[in-house]
Amino acid sequence: MGITKEDVMRIAELARLEFGPEEAEKFASQLGDILGYAAKLDEIDTKGKEPLTHAQEMVNVMREDVPVEGLTQEQALMNAPQRKGEFFLVPRIMDNSQED
Amino acid sequence: MELYELGIRKLTDAFAKGEASPTEALESSIKRIEALEPEVRAFLKKDFENAREAAAKADRAWAEARAGALYPAPLTGVPYALKDNMCTKGLETTCGSMILKGFVPPYDATVVEKLKGAVLLGKLNMDEFAMGSSTENSAFGASRNPWDTDRVPGGSSGGSAAAVAAGFAPFALGSDTGGSIRQPASYCGVVGLKPTYGRVSRYGLVAFGSSLDQIGPLTRSVEDAAVVFESIAGHDPKDSTSSSKPVPDVLKACGRSIRGMKIGLPKEYFAPGLSDGVKGQVTGALERLEAEGAEVVEVSLPSSMYGLAAYYLCATAEASSNLARFDGIRYGMSDRSAGDVVSVMKRTRSKGFGAEVKRRIMLGTYVLSAGYYEAYYNKALKVRRVLKDEFYAAFDRCDVIAGPTAPEVAFRFGERTDDPISMYMSDIYTITANLIGIPSISVPCGLSSGLPVGIQLAARAFDEEGLFAAAAAVERTSGLADRIAEPKGGSSR
Repeated sequence: MGITKEDVMRIAELARLEFGPEEAEKFASQLGDILGYAAKLDEIDTKGKEPLTHAQEMVNVMREDVPVEGLTQEQALMNAPQRKGEFFLVPRIMDNSQED
Repeated sequence: MELYELGIRKLTDAFAKGEASPTEALESSIKRIEALEPEVRAFLKKDFENAREAAAKADRAWAEARAGALYPAPLTGVPYALKDNMCTKGLETTCGSMILKGFVPPYDATVVEKLKGAVLLGKLNMDEFAMGSSTENSAFGASRNPWDTDRVPGGSSGGSAAAVAAGFAPFALGSDTGGSIRQPASYCGVVGLKPTYGRVSRYGLVAFGSSLDQIGPLTRSVEDAAVVFESIAGHDPKDSTSSSKPVPDVLKACGRSIRGMKIGLPKEYFAPGLSDGVKGQVTGALERLEAEGAEVVEVSLPSSMYGLAAYYLCATAEASSNLARFDGIRYGMSDRSAGDVVSVMKRTRSKGFGAEVKRRIMLGTYVLSAGYYEAYYNKALKVRRVLKDEFYAAFDRCDVIAGPTAPEVAFRFGERTDDPISMYMSDIYTITANLIGIPSISVPCGLSSGLPVGIQLAARAFDEEGLFAAAAAVERTSGLADRIAEPKGGSSR
């Protein structure tokens, strides 16, 4: 199973991870090995088998629609790396330079 | 005999009779921990101050009970510790990861709520995000096997197994996604139970593979595992996957005769890769069960050895999705050296996660990505169905399925860190129970080269009673209950 350095970079972008060239090389070879091992699954005939996503196969678990107490705003914010008043603070998302 | 040597039932018996108090039990545990923790390194965080307060409260509850008040909950005053992936209000919870260093949960996991009254000693080491089989993936250093401190305790709940084996506490909780309770239990010579999927609430357990994760006890006897199981099991409105089936009386089941019980032995389990020492001990345990009146029947699980491959596709897919929440915005580590949000996320995650966690996130992202979903992820889910069908066909012919917990005894540090697949292989026997959601337990059954060997038993979903009946019989006939290891190096071996 060939995984290239480019594949690693593409997947890293999706997974919000960064790798240097050396690390990417190592990951390419290790992921290739693991996927090669996983290719063994092709030896099993699964024709007509439904995918099993969940062991107990429950559906639509409902509860009464009554409000219950959750975390307070202060509790939700207590671990924030940066906050401003009652908000999580993040770097600017919109690019201002295009504004008129 | 020191109090730290007592199991749960003997300890609470002593509390009830007034022969010992929870505070005395706690001080005995603390003394033991302070003497041996530098060798074992089971803890990530100790919390003796709050433990002393909880013990004093338990002292009063037992004193009142002796004066005629109602008996307190069965674990009142019993010291215990938690794997560090279960949230504890006000007490740092790291999952063995740099990315959660300093994270203080604003709430308790449901299991912690249910254990209120027991005395929490602290949080235990683990492979980062429960990904690993040796604790070598912990960002804070590995724990050591009390039987031989040159060897790994197993993982990912390695700190839990080591703590219980070393006599730090009569019980600990671990979590099991692919064998993470049973494999370290086997390596450290203790009992480890993975309950049926849905038996124990996962609320407050930091998610790894949500369709696979279960919390369970590690103890030094089967009966103690039964007591803890009954205390933590049951439906929880905060976890929609928790089952509303009534919790069975497994303690009673421990006393059940196994005469006529059919024990299935999958012929595929005794293949090359299984060490002779482990094979010998497991075979010996089965012979003793036969002598007790059980019937050993050969069964076949032709696809069981493919479970590992299916697992590494399902579990990594789920992990890649679950671990997307660690973004450096709402909690945990944050690298703000870059100017935009996406770079903050990338830098935080790249710095905060260790190599194995990144490997699994990458693999999971790959198998879920466009063009590969059908070939890998969906194929793995279909194999999962095949495995369930095969196990239940085997259960038509037997009550429990038995085999080794791990193919070998505890390995040495560094032996497998460079080759992910060789590390994964130590979970080959445990992984299928998670994929199909059945309960499974590892029970000590002997020693090989001076190191513990565990036998693994599995039963139909929600048949913990049958499982405990068989497990108690293994323990009875092997005489290995309540063993405590005296930590030492392995230079003689």
